[in-house]
Amino acid sequence: MDFSASFLLVMPELVLTAAGLILLLAAAWGGDKAARGISIVASLVFFAVGLMLVPSLHTGVDGPDTLAFGGLLKIDTFALFAKALIYLAAIACLVVAPAFFNGPAAGEERGMRAEYPVLILFAALGMSIMVSANDFMTLYLGLELNSLASYVLASILRKDQRSAEAGLKYFVLGALASGILLYGMSLLYGFTGGTDFASVRAGLDGELSIGQLFGLIFVLSGLAFKIAAVPFHMWTPDVYEGAPTPVTMFFSTAPKVAAVALTARVVFEVFGGQVAAWQQIVMFTALASIVFGALGAIGQDNLKRLLAYSSINNIGFILLGLAVANAAGASAMLVYLFIYVVMSLGSFTALLMLRDEDGDLYETFADIRGLAVTRPVIAWMLLVQMFSLAGIPPLLGFYSKFVIFQATVEAGLVAFAAIAIAASVIGAFYYIKFIKVMFFDDAVDLVKGKSGSGHWVLLILTGVIVSPLGYLITGSLKDLTDKAAAALFVAV
Amino acid sequence: MIETLAFYLFAGLVIAGGAMVIMSRNPVHSVLWLILAFFNAAGLMVLVGAEFIAMLLVIVYVGAVAVLFLFVVMMLDIDFAAMRAGFVKNFPLGIAIAVILLAELGLGIGAYGAGGLELGAADGTAAARSDVSNIEAIGALLYKPYIILFEIAGIILLVAMIGAIVLTHREPKPGARGRQDIGKQISRRPEDATVMKSPEYGEGVEL
Repeated sequence: MDFSASFLLVMPELVLTAAGLILLLAAAWGGDKAARGISIVASLVFFAVGLMLVPSLHTGVDGPDTLAFGGLLKIDTFALFAKALIYLAAIACLVVAPAFFNGPAAGEERGMRAEYPVLILFAALGMSIMVSANDFMTLYLGLELNSLASYVLASILRKDQRSAEAGLKYFVLGALASGILLYGMSLLYGFTGGTDFASVRAGLDGELSIGQLFGLIFVLSGLAFKIAAVPFHMWTPDVYEGAPTPVTMFFSTAPKVAAVALTARVVFEVFGGQVAAWQQIVMFTALASIVFGALGAIGQDNLKRLLAYSSINNIGFILLGLAVANAAGASAMLVYLFIYVVMSLGSFTALLMLRDEDGDLYETFADIRGLAVTRPVIAWMLLVQMFSLAGIPPLLGFYSKFVIFQATVEAGLVAFAAIAIAASVIGAFYYIKFIKVMFFDDAVDLVKGKSGSGHWVLLILTGVIVSPLGYLITGSLKDLTDKAAAALFVAV
Repeated sequence: MIETLAFYLFAGLVIAGGAMVIMSRNPVHSVLWLILAFFNAAGLMVLVGAEFIAMLLVIVYVGAVAVLFLFVVMMLDIDFAAMRAGFVKNFPLGIAIAVILLAELGLGIGAYGAGGLELGAADGTAAARSDVSNIEAIGALLYKPYIILFEIAGIILLVAMIGAIVLTHREPKPGARGRQDIGKQISRRPEDATVMKSPEYGEGVEL
């Protein structure tokens, strides 16, 4: 094993670790007064490590050269693409955080904690490890690093009862899911004799024994919990509603990318020889997520809760791309993932801008009645995001659904695509409810608070990407995701 | 022969202990059953020749984690008088468990002396090296091929520590009683705090 080559491959992770440790010291000495400065430095670090990924992303890397530390990690184009997305989402969540935590929305405990950006850094480090895992042990450690940081982030407003409840709920259910995943991994290890993906795959040759099948199902169940797919989605609305909004924004973007990328890697690289065994499971969770996400959102009045159901619905479409089980499907899945992250960031930023004069946040439909009259820019941007989430052309959300359906139909799974399209029509109902409330109801003029320039930049930027102008980048995006998806199928 | 017998005894008791953990109504009993399950798992490890892991199970899980659990459980509202009332009734069960543990001890030592359990030959990299001790073999793996995982585990523990402090540490209000300023304490000189007086006999002290 060549250590220097390995260290070069994991340079982004090393930089993140070093930055996390140094900023932790800064947080310890500077106290919460330094929180803003630490946030800015952390965003710059994310930007810098993101830039480090660009050269290899541009050329595309796969094969044996991407293995680090004797095959424990695999830094191929697929991992790089996911990492870039994770870092971008993390920057956005750092940008919106200070205004929220320093405002009255933070409740009794006003003032941003200096540990918030440090925890985001370590969570992103865990996600980087997750997406480049090539061994079940690496997978589990990355997942736990990410999860532990997430539990703390969810309950960081410890005097707020909802936040504490969200953190506890997430912790208990997350620990249960980790246990299920770990049990599945131990079964696979026991029945195949290896923990690295290649040897587990070799051991799963031919007819699956009952123990191997249990291992496969348990691993998939644990991962399904982490990406909040039906039937392991019950925690999502509660946690999303209770957690502080910037943290909810983080949960619905970066960890989703990491967990989806991890799932894709596991099903293709570990269970790649057993497509028939997992395809029906993934297909079932995909369709169930689409349907439940669409139906569950209908009665919701809280906007954060509604977006939680929307994320379950979107995960369904992402899994539909995965269930196609070929490179075209994986590429479509990555396209959808990118556009989903942009739409999520945009809609949560808009939610974070619904403030009253004191800066407190509004969270229900009743508060945004007639927003188009009083705050037209926010209303129009929300309109763009919601139409895009509903998949209405000519917005970019249509393109993402289109590539998924195209891959599904080309693989001959027409019936499944038809169910998904029917369910997405149901889902359009509550997205359009936003529009109805904002544009056609009598104005209540509650939203009066000002928002910082960071929010405006994020709102406009995500709005522009999702708008028809976004089609300009689809060419290079498709190119990139094709390379990333192809890297999954290169045998090492 | 004795190995097989010991294996089934240990394995059976792990499962029975595990079942009792979730079935007993009293949380204190649950923790005690959990300790029994840990002990038997350690016995299984001895049987397959992993003495070091057996030791870790006893020291870390039984010694630290289970006792910690017990402390947490003690904080629950439990009627201890009602519990003690059952002492005579439960005495036979306690004796039975003690006898089983003693028998296990004998069987375990006997089985270990007889050469341990053969679980089929592991091949390739998974095979245990016969020429080195348990601890050496674990060290050679942990600090060489898996060093990066070891480091990640370290980061995870750090994050757990940060989390515990973030969620529980409360900065005392400035000027609150009992607030300690270590720098101020250390920089205090004797001459600032004490005065030497030699009062005359029969007179008071002017301070």
